[in-house]
Amino acid sequence: MLPFKTAARRAEAQDNDPAPARPLAGITQLQQWFGRPATFRGAMAGIVLLLILGPFVFSQYITVIMTNALLYVVLCLGLNVVVGKAGLLDLGYAAFFAVGAYTTGILTLQFGWNFWASIPVALVAAAISGVIIGGPTLRLRSDYLAIVTLGFGEIVRFSARNLEITGAASGLSGIQQPRLFGWTIDSAVDFYYVFVVLAIGAVIASIRLSDSRIGRAWLYVRHDEDAAEAMGINRVAVKLAAYVTGAIYGAIGGIFFAVNLGAISPESFSFEQSVLILMAVILGGMGKIPGVILGAFIIVLGPELLRDLGELRLLVFAIGLLLIMLFRPSGIWPGRTQ
Amino acid sequence: MSGAQKMLLNLSDVRLSFAGNTVLDHVSFGVAGGSIASLIGPNGAGKTSLFNCITGFYRPQSGSITLGGEELLRRKPHRVTQMGIARTFQNLRLFREMSVLENVMAGQHCRTRAGAISAVLRLPSQQREEREIRKASEECLDFVGILDEADRIATTLAYGHQRRVEIARALATQPKLLLLDEPAAGLNAGEKATLIDLIRRIRDERGVAVLLIEHDMGLVMKVSERISVLDHGAMISEGRPDEIRADPKVIEAYLGQDEAEELL
Ligand SMILES: Nc1ncnc2c1ncn2[C@@H]1O[C@H](COP(=O)(O)OP(=O)(O)O)[C@@H](O)[C@H]1O
Ligand SMILES: [Mg+2]
Repeated sequence: MLPFKTAARRAEAQDNDPAPARPLAGITQLQQWFGRPATFRGAMAGIVLLLILGPFVFSQYITVIMTNALLYVVLCLGLNVVVGKAGLLDLGYAAFFAVGAYTTGILTLQFGWNFWASIPVALVAAAISGVIIGGPTLRLRSDYLAIVTLGFGEIVRFSARNLEITGAASGLSGIQQPRLFGWTIDSAVDFYYVFVVLAIGAVIASIRLSDSRIGRAWLYVRHDEDAAEAMGINRVAVKLAAYVTGAIYGAIGGIFFAVNLGAISPESFSFEQSVLILMAVILGGMGKIPGVILGAFIIVLGPELLRDLGELRLLVFAIGLLLIMLFRPSGIWPGRTQ
Repeated sequence: MSGAQKMLLNLSDVRLSFAGNTVLDHVSFGVAGGSIASLIGPNGAGKTSLFNCITGFYRPQSGSITLGGEELLRRKPHRVTQMGIARTFQNLRLFREMSVLENVMAGQHCRTRAGAISAVLRLPSQQREEREIRKASEECLDFVGILDEADRIATTLAYGHQRRVEIARALATQPKLLLLDEPAAGLNAGEKATLIDLIRRIRDERGVAVLLIEHDMGLVMKVSERISVLDHGAMISEGRPDEIRADPKVIEAYLGQDEAEELL
């Protein structure tokens, strides 16, 4: 065994900061406006009000699309903890989404559990998968990590496709809609509101985590593992906490995704799904909560807004994304400056 | 030497090599609690490697390193820090894109415990701990004299101030022993005087022992109570500044080095 830690010299090579990208005019104003605590609260209240009033003006179709966008906000904020905060590349994030959805699907369908009772089990299952994927891989360099997480995502999907309990390739259908105090959550508008609550919860949790001991530790470890360790930070524990936290966000998305659609199949949790979530995070700006929210909306709403283009819309959308990444490689949302 | 038992940090017979290349050759060495000691030696002598062995970044092939009698060898760096040794790096290693205060708060991590759940729920204990982290970190910044720069992005500070952020960050871990790797490198004369004052205050006011690696002999002679000299991985001399200054072995080790004139 070599007597030194491989990381010790690595960080010294990368001390040249890339010049910060010049912010887009409109976004900078938006950021400054967001930056002030009073206006931040005001803005948040405004956005929440708009979300509440939404269904009164939206068509059924738009309500469904918005519900999907809100689901993506939850998933993207979860992946943002792993990729954006802790700096761990994860190409199999949809696996956690699948664990949440399938746990609830299996427990309610195959075992007749109450939906609400299935939630803690799904969260524990996701946390355990977070440890399973995190534990053995945290010593890997990030490019290997990408491959292992990709493999993990495929294993989960492949298992779902081939196991009887998960309904094999056709998946599970007929998942019961949940009831809450005698109210059955079943219409598109009902689920829209459920996802409004989830997305707001995810945003609040993310803000609180960012402003906490563990949230700062993720950044320390991402910026400089050695310096973080020299400060007494256990980098393996901190990264594991990031995986588990991200897994729980993913599972929450999956649990409610399953009851919203009433049916899940392995193809809902494909590699493309993982990539799409990752793309939203990178597009918005890794680690930046408002940016990631924006990214989630762009990824979901973008192709819808381009609907008139028909077959070409995905191509145009992809080119648009490429252009954004070319001109703003660190995401739309500007970084912290003096 | 005043007996190994009284030493806070003790290295005995530490040997480190890389691919057959001996970097530390049976080094024995100690730092007394509450003292200021220096480690000097020509470039490439193995000084930084010695720090890396103490702090758990390198694994020596043999020997023993203890802090207050507890074995440090084979412990992970974060455990060593928890046990009471903090360090700065020869090249600045501040966390980029983070404020000065956030940088210093890193040091408080190992003295606190709140996790993700208590943060999401904003439990009162977590809120109290956050306030304590902030207060302790601000106190460290105040101690090194840059509290007014707490909210700036750390890497935008003047170089000398960035060095002080690193020291504040290390102090925030509440160490018994502080290791400084070339803290005066790149500082001007005025800043060096402030540094000497700071090192003394760290020991006098906080009771923290200081071990520094330094090339500026004027500074070393002024501030150290004991000096150890490393050359080609071997400890060739140890003593008070006046003894080291007069030691022919030391002068020989430095011959041909820029530092020779300063030393002589
Ligand atoms: N990680 C490492 N791998 C290989 N060689 C190393 C490593 N770290 C230090 N060395 C070697 O150890 C010797 C001492 O280096 P160092 O401790 O940095 O010296 P100093 O700090 O006294 O200038 C040098 O020859 C250096 O090349
Ligand atoms: Mg050195």
